[in-house]
Amino acid sequence: MLKCEQFNKICAALDKCEHYQKFKVYRDKVLALGNDSLEKTIAIAVALCLVCAVLVSFSAVALKPLQVGNKELDMKKNILEVAGLLQEGGNIDAVFKDKIEAKIVNLETGDYVEDMNPAEYDQRKAAKDPALSVAIPKDKDIAHIRIKAKYAKVFLVKEAGAIKSIILPINGYGLWSTLYGFLSLDADGQTVQSINFYDQAETPGLGGEVVNPNWRALWKGKKVYAESEQAGSEKGLIEAAEIGEPALALIKGVVDNSKPGSQYQVDGLAGASLTSAGVTNLVRYWMSKEGFAPYLAKVRTVKGVKS
Amino acid sequence: MSAIMSEILNDETKKVLIEPLVDNNPITLQVLGICSALAVTSQMSTSLIMALALTMVTACSSAAISAIRNHIPGSIRIIVQMTIIASLVIVVDQILKAFAYEVSKQLSVFVGLIITNCIVMGRAEGYAMKNPPLASFMDGIGNGLGYSLILITVSFIRESLGSGKLLGIEVFKLTKDGGWYDPNGLMLLPPSAFFIIGLIIWGVRQWKPKQAETADFKIMSIAHGEGGHH
Repeated sequence: MLKCEQFNKICAALDKCEHYQKFKVYRDKVLALGNDSLEKTIAIAVALCLVCAVLVSFSAVALKPLQVGNKELDMKKNILEVAGLLQEGGNIDAVFKDKIEAKIVNLETGDYVEDMNPAEYDQRKAAKDPALSVAIPKDKDIAHIRIKAKYAKVFLVKEAGAIKSIILPINGYGLWSTLYGFLSLDADGQTVQSINFYDQAETPGLGGEVVNPNWRALWKGKKVYAESEQAGSEKGLIEAAEIGEPALALIKGVVDNSKPGSQYQVDGLAGASLTSAGVTNLVRYWMSKEGFAPYLAKVRTVKGVKS
Repeated sequence: MSAIMSEILNDETKKVLIEPLVDNNPITLQVLGICSALAVTSQMSTSLIMALALTMVTACSSAAISAIRNHIPGSIRIIVQMTIIASLVIVVDQILKAFAYEVSKQLSVFVGLIITNCIVMGRAEGYAMKNPPLASFMDGIGNGLGYSLILITVSFIRESLGSGKLLGIEVFKLTKDGGWYDPNGLMLLPPSAFFIIGLIIWGVRQWKPKQAETADFKIMSIAHGEGGHH
């Protein structure tokens, strides 16, 4: 009832207001005009735009907190999913806080940046900020993203102090859209654990199958970098780290696991050659020296990453 | 109150609510809104949300347009309708993003594309411009329900035959999980919706021959005039 009283009060105050009276007179005048008069056409157009603008902005502003919350939760869910930590019905926030550590990495040097707060850093926003991003030279821009953030937000899963998985943000252009996702690697910075794409608009049923769990399961155990002959030895790993040439690619058709080199191959998506090529390129870009190779090289070496 | 109820339940309202279900179905008779019917029907959950969203938008936009129909200048008629429809669609999209985030991600661009859905504009132009708000609202609901009926039927067939599930719950055990059902991959692709809608239209027109259109022209038979004119 209180609100009703307030409303009546506002109405009474409005009635006294000179401008409102003028508005009422004008409104009646316009409504009485013929529908095809120029003045009425303009007045109706303006009034309609005002009403619609208020409606749209009100819903956008009022629902924003809920939408932001949903997005954050969804992002955490994706990170837990790619780390293999997502459980049905588990509390996402609690598990995320407990298991995942976010770190900021300087892409050029591969070192951690400690004076930035990972919780506040948004890599996708930073890529649009001239102060925090760099343009990619055209000949190196195989993922067709043009600009990248200088700093990347990576996520580490640790168990008893040792890194269990490294989760790296990746993005690149497919057929219609830029695909955004995460690639999760073992502590060797070489073996793929999982991949997922949380934002893409490829053709549903064809390129959109990048989100298909069965296809994504094929990535497990694949190797990113071509291993040198001393594979397995520490020297081999360091050399691979220094070479930094990613070999992982999607191929046409189904991978024959008995053939040499199959550890660097994943089945292409049927009917989606361009999306498949896009995925290959974005993985290769982000695993190259332009992307995370310097960081991964430091993770692999005994010295570890400086901070 | 009873006056409102009798107003709601009068014959015209019944007509606009029930006719679009079969006799004047927006998809099978008017052949409007096919594009989204192909795109969102691979799963029942997305179809249900899409059907609900479209019904709300059609009903509300028809009511709003009808309320100001006597003051809409003829020269900007379509733009006025589009502005109202677009605003409502944005509101629906915002609500979905806030309360049904997963579904809104799956529907992605298709919610925005309600703006261009021919059913909404068709009802605004064909009914709401000439009828009072309440009747227009009911007409929007009726046409939304007609659209929903087809969407749900198509998605029922596509999801059950394409992935052995209904609303995400397994109904046929798939061979790859050790069951007996080998899913039909075509059902997951948009063309299957074309076939299903085609079959539905055929079925409805067999049932109600009145809906079949008369042919624009007849192919002449040459069987009798063998050899033709020399």
